[in-house]
Amino acid sequence: MTEQNINAQVQRNFARLAGEAAPPPPVPCAVGQPKMRIENFSASFDGTPVLRNIALDLCPRQRLAIIGPAASGKTTFLRSLNRLNDLNPAFNHTGRILLDGQDIYQSGQDVAQLRRRIGMVYAVPVPLPWSIYDNIAYGPRLAGIAAKADLDRLVESSLQSAFIWDEVKDRLGELATNLSGGQQQRVCIARVLALEPEVLLLDEPCSGLDPISTAKIEDALLALKEKYSIVLVTNNTKQAARASDRTAFFLMSDLIECGPTNQIFTNPTHQRTSEYITGHFG
Amino acid sequence: MKKEKIISLVLLLMALSAISSLAVITFFIFHEGLPIIFKVGLGGFLLSDQWYPTEGSFGILGMIVGSLAVTAGALIIGVVFGLGCAVLLTQFCPPRLVAIIKPSIELLAGIPSVVYGFIGVSILVPFIRDSFGGPGLSVLAASIVLGVMVLPTITSISVDALQAVPRTYREGSIALGATEWQTTHMVIFKAARSGIVAAVILGMGRAIGETMAVIMVAGNPIGMPHGLLDPVRTLTSNIALEMGYSAGDHRKALFATGVVLFVIIMILNTIALAVSRRRAGKVLAQ
Repeated sequence: MTEQNINAQVQRNFARLAGEAAPPPPVPCAVGQPKMRIENFSASFDGTPVLRNIALDLCPRQRLAIIGPAASGKTTFLRSLNRLNDLNPAFNHTGRILLDGQDIYQSGQDVAQLRRRIGMVYAVPVPLPWSIYDNIAYGPRLAGIAAKADLDRLVESSLQSAFIWDEVKDRLGELATNLSGGQQQRVCIARVLALEPEVLLLDEPCSGLDPISTAKIEDALLALKEKYSIVLVTNNTKQAARASDRTAFFLMSDLIECGPTNQIFTNPTHQRTSEYITGHFG
Repeated sequence: MKKEKIISLVLLLMALSAISSLAVITFFIFHEGLPIIFKVGLGGFLLSDQWYPTEGSFGILGMIVGSLAVTAGALIIGVVFGLGCAVLLTQFCPPRLVAIIKPSIELLAGIPSVVYGFIGVSILVPFIRDSFGGPGLSVLAASIVLGVMVLPTITSISVDALQAVPRTYREGSIALGATEWQTTHMVIFKAARSGIVAAVILGMGRAIGETMAVIMVAGNPIGMPHGLLDPVRTLTSNIALEMGYSAGDHRKALFATGVVLFVIIMILNTIALAVSRRRAGKVLAQ
């Protein structure tokens, strides 16, 4: 048994003493193999733990919502999935994250290639200070696609998938930074889709947006789950209930429970989960 | 209330004295310098390299070329190393190393120019003479010494420009599968371009105005330099070297040299201001 495992065991025991059952093993995917499997993953910054022994499966063609109060490790978890935390030298982790059975943290992994397979959309839309077209074409160009016809096709199809093509098709040459917030966020989703990724990570993508823009992005996510595995971190529990198939509840660095969204929201296993989703804290 | 008025009046006078000294200096050098330019003729002054002030020929073309050559050389060195430092410090360097490197580079700005000249003339000049031939006192020596002197200016302003690029650009680009180097040159550099241009132009202003270190390593002959290893006289050296004993038209011609230098520096400053204003406008627009 490793030190982490022992720690996890001790924590579970404490949790049991405090009146909560240990988290059940992750629910297996209903259909097929998991797209990503997170095994016993712990993370820390400068020795301060931010994730403890997370075990979770990410299923193909499903939207997984991650909810929980601030500072419970949601964003760190998301950023671990495409190794963006590597940019912070204080980051440390143990455990494994498998993508199609391969550990993404194994040495020799091409990180740029990995990030093309696992796309990321941020809370604040940050289009690069270029035209709409160049924003979308940047990723594919980095991946080595140079032919104008290929790029044109990718730009159009990804803008369409992000439900924004009709709004910008006549002004692809304009600065993306001049669009409205909701449009910028959909351009940011489109530029990730242009990479034709396998997994889509979204970190509170609607936190700064109005209800209509939010609805458009949720519509896009519903359509996109036919092709991708989606992980949606959100502070809005109603959004999680509306726009996900499975929900995971994080609290103070721990995964409390994970299950089908309708079950989590109607009949959660844990006291803390039901308190959070009914708004008693957080 | 009365006291506050007095204080603001005193502060106003202080501000005015700074502005008026600029006005007086400008008026004085133009008043002293312009008549001799008209007397010799703009062509005879700017387009001739015959500088024999006691015999009435006042051509400063050799010195204009000298100043520009030395400045260009200094910029090549200063920009390559300064930008390299700035990129290292802002993109690739752990904070602990930044805390050592950045203050050391800024310390370079505090070394008096005569010390640069002294090191140049006692180490660099003999080295150039022995390895490449020529007298050693040369365009090359002046360029290298000036290049090191403009390094802190270019580095610290470029660092500011690169740090002003939102961190989110970097993360956005990296999340799209770019490597750190691709992100640096395709995203960060483009976004910081105007700030970097301003850094280069300010470095240029410092290089073209420097006098003491250049006098010590450039040789200062009259006439046109023909190569990197030729000695050279710059506009500033010309004024500093001859002002002590000049009189009459000779003295006025030195003021006219100052007028030319003044105009060149004004042009560079105007460009720098315009470029940095455009940058400020862009930040506001976002």
